[in-house]
Amino acid sequence: MPTTPEFHETNEHDEELAGLDVLDSPTTQRRKWWPMLWPKLAAIAIGLSLWQLVVWSGWKPEYALPGPASVFSTLWELLLDGKVFSASWVTLQRAIIGYGLALIIGVVIGALIVQSKILRSAFGSFVTGLQTMPSIAWFPLAILLFQISEQAILFVVVLGAAPAIANGLISGADAIPPTILRAGRVLGARRFNYFRYVILPGAMPGFAAGTKQGWSFAWRSLMAGELLVIIAKKQSIGALLTINRSLSDATGMIAWMIVILVIGILADALVFSRFERAVLKRWGLANS
Amino acid sequence: MTTNTTSSSLSNDSPAIELDDVSKFFGDEKHRVEALRSFDLKVQPGEFVCLVGASGCGKSTLLSLLANLDTTSTGTVTTRGRTALMFQEAALFPWRTAAGNIDIALKLRNVSRQERKERVAELLDVVRLSEAAKKRPHQLSGGMRQRVALARAFAQDADIVLMDEPFGALDAITRDVLHDELERLWLERKFTTVFVTHNVREAARLGDRVLVLTSRPGRIANELPIGLPRPRRMDSPEVAAYAAQITKLLRTEVRRHAHDTRVS
Repeated sequence: MPTTPEFHETNEHDEELAGLDVLDSPTTQRRKWWPMLWPKLAAIAIGLSLWQLVVWSGWKPEYALPGPASVFSTLWELLLDGKVFSASWVTLQRAIIGYGLALIIGVVIGALIVQSKILRSAFGSFVTGLQTMPSIAWFPLAILLFQISEQAILFVVVLGAAPAIANGLISGADAIPPTILRAGRVLGARRFNYFRYVILPGAMPGFAAGTKQGWSFAWRSLMAGELLVIIAKKQSIGALLTINRSLSDATGMIAWMIVILVIGILADALVFSRFERAVLKRWGLANS
Repeated sequence: MTTNTTSSSLSNDSPAIELDDVSKFFGDEKHRVEALRSFDLKVQPGEFVCLVGASGCGKSTLLSLLANLDTTSTGTVTTRGRTALMFQEAALFPWRTAAGNIDIALKLRNVSRQERKERVAELLDVVRLSEAAKKRPHQLSGGMRQRVALARAFAQDADIVLMDEPFGALDAITRDVLHDELERLWLERKFTTVFVTHNVREAARLGDRVLVLTSRPGRIANELPIGLPRPRRMDSPEVAAYAAQITKLLRTEVRRHAHDTRVS
């Protein structure tokens, strides 16, 4: 190796360096799916058995609390005639539009608050306060403003989710280690570059948690909205649940409740938790 | 006052770093903490200066002034050329790969994409981390992270590298190997270095000159040129002898504070 003459030990030195790199590098393990899956399956089985036991105990009559078997056969019928899919599609469209809007608004508000001390002291605690407001309390106003319409539902979904998303971004930015901020300044990042290359990526773990929480608020607000704001010819999940309730059809009601639960869980698992995990893993914060 | 002169005016006879009668206070009139008092320092281009001192010697303040992150209370700081600062924690961006962390330093200086690609590859090779280009900081060892940080400092085209106990958190073997590495890079590139450490052996191992600082306020108490040829070894008797000398100076300095009444 042609290097500076005084370094006749260069090869040895490089080998030491490479050897230490191998020895000291952290090792990672791959996640296995079965150890993750079986506790969930077991939990479902236990839940269903408890439900069946309560039904068998005769605590309530069958017409008020039907057992899992009759509920799942109703659910199966709803699946077969496509009603689950068409209703879910109506509801999911609202969820996607509402959540998408909340995401845009939440990011803009969060970003503004993060980069301005004045805006922060003015609106910071207000945004946190909004997040604790039960979304159902917005409906009287929403109906007054928008009547019984899509906009009324959208209004409440956005108000439910946007503060959580903004808050996630803000708390994510607050959690950036000072050494990272200092490194950014030392590298010459100022103003927009500082925001773009240091603050925004640094805030991602908090933001990911915020999008997840925002989704759960959006989904709850949407369900409240669909139960209160029934729009004719739009067979949403909430509308069908209300119809079942007025017909005192407990089996159908519980079947739709299961649909709501499953969609909520799937959206969280397939989109939001996955996104959060990917961010944490990339940032070196995941503990696996 | 802090003056930064661009590298174009860099000439051989003017020092890379010049502190003239620098003082730095914190707090208000009543509760004034004096971090540095009438501090004079000249560092020649390409010189490797180590600063050792007990707690409260104002070394962090000094580095902040040199890195232009803070301003003096009185006196002037002149640095000729670009400065880069390295910390005990590598302070890499966890969301970027090793290559990405070097890349961002270039990007923030508006280096073109094509040139960045070449420079990043070159710098990774310089610190012997080409294999780890795509790894993220949490996948690297402490020593590897510090080498990425060093490469990042080079990416800033730093003529002056300021190091605040960069190897303080590393184990002894890794530190030893990184001393060799830093010395090799310094001999190749001859950047001006100000290296702060608590470890007198490290100071004797690396420095052309070791400055012993006083505490509260920080001033230069003593200075010791290390007249040893390079490459040096941490465990050589000559380095040990110099280290003993520095220790002696430091202890004298610490003893002076034995009768201080003021505890802050």
